[in-house]
Amino acid sequence: MTSQQLIISGVGGQGILFVTRILAEAAIVRGLPVLTSETHGMAQRGGIVISHFKVGDFSSPLVCPGRADGLISLKHETVALHRHFLKPDGWTVANGPPGSLSGISALMDADQLALGLGNPQSVNLIMLGRVLAIPGLLFCTADEVEEAIRIKLSAKPAALEGAFAAFRTGLQHH
Amino acid sequence: MAASSKMLMQGNEAMARGLIEGGCVVAASYPGTPASELLTAVDAWRTAEDLDMHVEWAVNEKVAFEIAYAACQSGLRAATIMKQVGLNVALDPMMSAAYLGVIGGFVIISADDPGPHSSQTEQDSRLTAMLAKIPVLDPSNPEEARMLAGLAFEISEEFQVPVMLRPTTRVCHACQDVALLPVARLGRRAEFRKDPRRWAATPGFRYELHVQLIDKLARLAAHPPTAPRRLNPHVVSRTAVIASGVAAAHAREALAGLDLWNAPAFFQVIQPYPLHKAFIEEINSVYSDVLVLEETSGVIEMQLGNRNLVRGKISGFVPEAGELLPETIGRLLSEFAGQQPAEIPAAEPGSRRRPTLCPGCPHRASFYAVKKAAPAGIYTSDIGCYTLGINLGAVDTVLCMGASIGQACGFYHAHRITGVERDIIATIGDSTFFHAGVPPLIDAVTQGARFVLLILDNTTTAMTGNQPTPAQGTAAGKPVRIEDLVLGCGAGFCRTADPLEMPSFTALLKEALVWSRANGVAVVIAKSPCLVDRSVKHLRRAQVMVETAKCTGCQACTKQFECPALIYDHGTGKVHVDVMTCTGCAVCLDVCPVRAITSGGGA
Repeated sequence: MTSQQLIISGVGGQGILFVTRILAEAAIVRGLPVLTSETHGMAQRGGIVISHFKVGDFSSPLVCPGRADGLISLKHETVALHRHFLKPDGWTVANGPPGSLSGISALMDADQLALGLGNPQSVNLIMLGRVLAIPGLLFCTADEVEEAIRIKLSAKPAALEGAFAAFRTGLQHH
Repeated sequence: MAASSKMLMQGNEAMARGLIEGGCVVAASYPGTPASELLTAVDAWRTAEDLDMHVEWAVNEKVAFEIAYAACQSGLRAATIMKQVGLNVALDPMMSAAYLGVIGGFVIISADDPGPHSSQTEQDSRLTAMLAKIPVLDPSNPEEARMLAGLAFEISEEFQVPVMLRPTTRVCHACQDVALLPVARLGRRAEFRKDPRRWAATPGFRYELHVQLIDKLARLAAHPPTAPRRLNPHVVSRTAVIASGVAAAHAREALAGLDLWNAPAFFQVIQPYPLHKAFIEEINSVYSDVLVLEETSGVIEMQLGNRNLVRGKISGFVPEAGELLPETIGRLLSEFAGQQPAEIPAAEPGSRRRPTLCPGCPHRASFYAVKKAAPAGIYTSDIGCYTLGINLGAVDTVLCMGASIGQACGFYHAHRITGVERDIIATIGDSTFFHAGVPPLIDAVTQGARFVLLILDNTTTAMTGNQPTPAQGTAAGKPVRIEDLVLGCGAGFCRTADPLEMPSFTALLKEALVWSRANGVAVVIAKSPCLVDRSVKHLRRAQVMVETAKCTGCQACTKQFECPALIYDHGTGKVHVDVMTCTGCAVCLDVCPVRAITSGGGA
């Protein structure tokens, strides 16, 4: 069975929960069992937010240090905090200004792109697009993620349009 | 088809589904992390399934408990939902309801927070269930939590006893693909049958009820549907691992990963209290070495009662404080099996970002004004987002819901009676004031305590996800105004103002202090909406700008005012604005001593 463990992190207000749930919906679109773990409450208020994501045959909702296949960081400062979750050959895709990090799979200034789209809240989906721009990193395809976004936002046409625009911005960025 | 019949559900949504599938008709709750999403999900399922239900955010957990309990006394299935420290508030009715028992099924969901992530304590609700002598079920994942919510209704009715369902943060806030089952439409009508010897029992009858309760527990400890489950029945061993809750989910994965799936016998306990009697006998007679993995106290371990046999929290083998993370469980299982534990990669030491009030949060302005008005004051505070006023140095004490006012009274009397004059400002949120602030305000008025009570009114329960407060009213009822409550309690000073208008708000606080020193408790209501409350329309305001030439780098705005949207650059020695997060509240214009911050205009 397909199996993947991810850490998605950033700070409160960046939409970490939303992007985690999009990935979880994409797993369900594929018919795969999925477990995630979210941060809520006090910790969410401007603090570091971390989501654990596991697709495949798992029972625990948490990723053990040294076991994650990938780290998606919506704020480059969290890479130092969370890269111990990665297994030795694990990948990292992060949001940060040029030069803020080196030696990772992809670094992109999603803040600037989000401001360019006129939607500072769209960093999360731009980054998800960026991860999918690299073939073979994620368990799912860009089409499946778009399907998951459509399922989540079917009742909100304006938000859906903005979400697709953000996701495709990341997807087409090299 | 199998794939499409499953839905992504958060643990709280799954438990809500379990309650609905079990035929719940009345549900009442007070929000608290990690249980806050549960009642909202119950209401969403009510709408989706077109059910006739009463679903309410009660004023506090005690009231929520009593409302749901009366429904079960009337023969309906009912649930009350709270976090573990909320259960402390509801302990009074729970202790008594355990004796009286139920007619319709009654489920108490009390969510624990090992860690703790968002709580004052790591207390174990299973111990509270034990104290009250009611059975408790301990789910290991969202799917199981959904199933156990339904089972809880069944055993509650069969044994006529309230049943607790105790999830932890990692169950409440896990998401999983969960299958939907049909909703039980029981079609019952409320019918309260008078039985004062039971429902209004005097102490003589209470003894009889206690005897009956003990008998119910003995039968529950032999009830097959909730008996411990053997997860690797093929294994013959003299050693055993017993786990419950999410620790069982972690242990299952760890045992397989450590190649121990075929070594110790592995049991999952579903009902930690009362622990099944036959299971206790089996463990004590068959096994020579036993490890118990449970959160947060040694509830199962205590009932096994054999100190020479069992390793766990009480024996000291398993850490008593903090969350049992999967890596910790992996290490404990390795040691238990006599293996060398694997090296666990550790997080790099470095600066961790502390939680902070949101940029533009009106509480930040209130706290800044508090410090300006009473620089040497005692600042008692309370439970909510505004606990984070600690970052500004404007929160000295946080004890429990409502204690900002009770402690302000206590500090006043302690200082007065020993001849010390000291300004005191208590801060409490609007929802917390409704929940537990009214009785201590009555006490303050009655006893002549002199302090300023600042009610931070953002017209929502912000910390837990913007649940409504009584000030919003409901379709069937009407709003309760904080001003009316304050005046009704007899306070002689009650004024309302917007803290974002900082200079005039600070002047009002000073005026309140002067009044309080001579007269008694003075109440100021800081009224300004929560910025993350989506039910409120927010004005789009121009972001502020820093005139770099004027900025002296004094850091008053970043340290004294602590706005995360203002960033001090150590390279340039100047402050700049984070355009990703500035909301344009413009309170910092009045904070900057050289007026280097200006409103951006335009937009």
